[in-house]
Amino acid sequence: MTNPTKIRARVTVTLKNGVLDPQGKAIESALTSLGVEGVEGVRQGKLFDIELAPAEAERARELLTAACEKLLANTVIENYRIELVEG
Amino acid sequence: MKAAVIVFPGSNREGDVARALKQAGADVTTVWHADTELPPGTDLAVLPGGFSYGDYLRCGAIAGRASVMDAVRAHAARGGLVLGICNGFQILCESGLLPGVLMRNAGLHFICRRQFLRVERNDTAFTRAYAAGQAIDVAIAHGEGNYVADEETLARLEGDGRVAFRYADRDGAVTPAANPNGSLNNIAGIYSEKLNVLGLMPHPENLIDDLVGGTDGRGLFQSLLAA
Repeated sequence: MTNPTKIRARVTVTLKNGVLDPQGKAIESALTSLGVEGVEGVRQGKLFDIELAPAEAERARELLTAACEKLLANTVIENYRIELVEG
Repeated sequence: MKAAVIVFPGSNREGDVARALKQAGADVTTVWHADTELPPGTDLAVLPGGFSYGDYLRCGAIAGRASVMDAVRAHAARGGLVLGICNGFQILCESGLLPGVLMRNAGLHFICRRQFLRVERNDTAFTRAYAAGQAIDVAIAHGEGNYVADEETLARLEGDGRVAFRYADRDGAVTPAANPNGSLNNIAGIYSEKLNVLGLMPHPENLIDDLVGGTDGRGLFQSLLAA
C-alpha cells in the first residue's frame, strides 16, 4: 500500500492583456541592446512552486484557487494558471 | 479627534504622519498590524507610507490582508474616516477598500521630489481647509504610483466626483507633463463611495513646517480636525 503523496503545484501569475507592463518593456529593450535579435515582446509574470499536504486533486485545485483569489493574484490586473504535479 | 496610526513591518512614515496629526491637534496612538481592534473611540484610522513586508508579492498585498485590516474595514463600513498615504494607498487598493491598482511608474524610476496637486473638491472631511481647484505643493516618493483602473471603474470615479487630487503644475493645470508616473487622468488620490476613505500617493505630511520648505500639507490634517 502506498502512502498518499504530497502534492506539488506550480502557479503562474501573468498580467492581463492590455495591462501596460513597463518592466516587460524595459527587459525587451535591454535584450535588444544586448544583441538578442528577434524579440518582439516581453511580459513579466510571477511563478510560485507550492507544496500541499496529500489531498485529492480536486480539493487541491480548490485550495490553490482560493490562494490565488485571496492573495497570489490581483485579479484586477492579473490572470493565474494552476498546474498540479503529484509526487 | 482620535487618530490610530497603523504600523506594519516595513512601515516607515508613521512618525511623520503622527507629527502632522499632533500638530493639527489630534490625539494619536499607534496600532500594531496584528491587533484585531482599533482603540475605542477611534475617529480616524491612518495607514502610513513605507514598504510594508518589503513590497513582497505586490506593494500592499500582504498588509492588505493583515488582521487589523478587518477592523479598518469595519470602521470604514460604519462611516469612520480612513486615510492611506503612499504605501497606505496601495494597501487600501489591495484590501478592497478602494478600487484600482497602483502599478510600476511608467518611467520605471523611483521618483522622490516635490509635486503640485490640484485639490478637486473641498467639501470632504479631508479637504475643507483648501479651496476647490487650489494647487498645493507637496512631495512624492514612490516607485509604484501609477494608478490604473478599468474603464468602467474610472468612469464611475470621475462621474461620482471621487477623484481627490490630480498631479498638476504650479498653476493647478492638469497636463500630461505634470503627470510623474503615468496615472490615468493624472489621478493622485481617490475617495471611497461615501467619501470617508481617502488614499493618495503624495505625502502631505512632509510639508507641514517652513523649516522643510512649505506648509501646504497642513490643510489636509486641519481639515480632518475640523471634521
